[in-house]
Amino acid sequence: MTRRFILGTIAHRLAILAYVAVALFPLYWLLKVSVTPNDLLYSEGVRMWPSRTSFEHYAFVLEHSDFPKFFKNSVIVSASTAFIVTILASLAGYALSRFAFRGKYWIVVLMLLTQMFPLVMLVAPIFKMLAPLGLTNSLTGLVVVYVAFNVPFATFLMQSFFDGIPKDLEEAAMIDGATRFRAFRQIILPLTLPGIAATLGFVFTAAWSELLFALMLISGVDASTFPVGLLTFVSKFSVDFGQMMAAGVMALIPACLFFLLIQRYLVQGLTAGAVKG
Amino acid sequence: MASIDIAAIHKSYGSIPVLHGVDLTIRDGEFVVLVGPSGCGKSTLLRMIAGLEEISAGEIHIGGVCVNDLQPKDRDIAMVFQSYALYPHMSVADNMSYSLRLRRAAKEVIAGKIATAATTLGLENLLQRRPRALSGGQRQRVAMGRAIVRAPKAFLFDEPLSNLDARLREQMRGEIKRLHLRLGATSIYVTHDQIEAMTLADRIVAMNAGLVQQVGSPLDLYARPANLFVAGFIGSPAMNMFEGTYRAHGAGFAVITKDGAAIPLGRAYPCEDGTSVTVGIRPEHVAISSAGGVAAPVDLVEPTGFGTILHLRAFGTDLKAFTLERQTVRVGENLPVALPPERLHLFDAQGIRLG
Repeated sequence: MTRRFILGTIAHRLAILAYVAVALFPLYWLLKVSVTPNDLLYSEGVRMWPSRTSFEHYAFVLEHSDFPKFFKNSVIVSASTAFIVTILASLAGYALSRFAFRGKYWIVVLMLLTQMFPLVMLVAPIFKMLAPLGLTNSLTGLVVVYVAFNVPFATFLMQSFFDGIPKDLEEAAMIDGATRFRAFRQIILPLTLPGIAATLGFVFTAAWSELLFALMLISGVDASTFPVGLLTFVSKFSVDFGQMMAAGVMALIPACLFFLLIQRYLVQGLTAGAVKG
Repeated sequence: MASIDIAAIHKSYGSIPVLHGVDLTIRDGEFVVLVGPSGCGKSTLLRMIAGLEEISAGEIHIGGVCVNDLQPKDRDIAMVFQSYALYPHMSVADNMSYSLRLRRAAKEVIAGKIATAATTLGLENLLQRRPRALSGGQRQRVAMGRAIVRAPKAFLFDEPLSNLDARLREQMRGEIKRLHLRLGATSIYVTHDQIEAMTLADRIVAMNAGLVQQVGSPLDLYARPANLFVAGFIGSPAMNMFEGTYRAHGAGFAVITKDGAAIPLGRAYPCEDGTSVTVGIRPEHVAISSAGGVAAPVDLVEPTGFGTILHLRAFGTDLKAFTLERQTVRVGENLPVALPPERLHLFDAQGIRLG
């Protein structure tokens, strides 16, 4: 029995290890190539770590490419999108969770419907709509499009978090003397922090890595985001793998920082003790 | 403190009516208990007084002011929820002071009121704790504390003790009653537990199927139930009921049950000879081993320690009797039982009390 238990545990851990290795290997390869000097890139064959490392690619990317600009654009677009979507989704999710109103069913159906189309289908009409408004080749245009595509899913996500918070709490607050909005702000929102963190993180990463619309709506270097920027390392005759990977590693940093910041809110259980449990 | 007037209140959810016109006046300082089975509309009525449910028709006045269109925050009432509804991200002190902070009370005033409430409820050492670090009974006290820190026009209780175990419930019941005697606050208390209703209420409002069945003092409802519903709902074990026909019998009147047994009545009742009636008697009023009793076979014996509940067969139906005496009788044996005429309740075919 004990022996079987130990064997089972070992098998379990090995399986997790194998999964983590497979999942993280591309990231490892990204890091490895980014520190491999150009002269070793094609001459050493397949090795797990180059015989000599250098940060020349990083230096080049930061000093001689437009990457810092791409990076800044991406931060602006992703942060604005995450921020706007989370506010809209909180309000909409609260409404869907708490109120019964006419047309609620159809609104939900409509929101689900928007999630069913392949985005490629919408590229042309969206371009056609944004062009006369002067929103192509602009960060604002990208934010508008990203917000539109992320709000439905984020709303459902927030709704499920609101559903988990007992209605009694805001009723108690309203009887204590709060307006509904104040009860929402002071009682319900603090309890939804894990949900807000999850939504922020989800939308931020979605916007951070979006390529299709960024590629189609943006043509100049000034408004490019970093996924588009990465493509500039691919030229007609060669691919600057080292620089591309270095840029990729740097692009991972904000996403990692972001999750580090919000991970403590992602831990659930804040509502424990509110009601008899 | 204030009186509460409820006039012709209706409530429907969509096309489904829940309350069919409730009229009720609650005097200043009175403790009124709404009691009834699940789904009778008692909680809905309470939530309408609190402003948490819209009023479909009718008017509610608190302290003479019509509150139909007032938000809960403007009604100046306090409510204790069944789930306690404590704010999990606030300490006990912050939970209790939330309403005062919303009203921008001075810091010293808040501190004073919290201290007083904490002493009253024995929460002095828990003020800095979060709700999750409290036991069920302590959470219940905090919920009470949140209500008493301000002096609202009325206290509303929505089954506040249902989540506690039996012993704690008994203790908190006593504390609520003591608190009411001390504060003298107008209180409306919803429960389905008739012991809570009997022990706490100045007046009980018995409700069923969206209608008020009877309003009166606890002993009123117990001694003179207005209809079959109240007769059956108030009292435990429940009242025994026999269906039969009202007839002249010997020198007086009796109810003749379906299998021909006669239950003699002590007097004439205001109904025609031959009317279908239901006669009721409480188990504790069934007389055992009295002279001239009917032999009733024992079906089941339930000792409660406090007394004994006997399940018998008599007058063509099941009959429960409660006696304080220790019973050594066994199942299958016969006991002589009698139904003292002065203890009988008579109801007509519609279930309305006669006489």
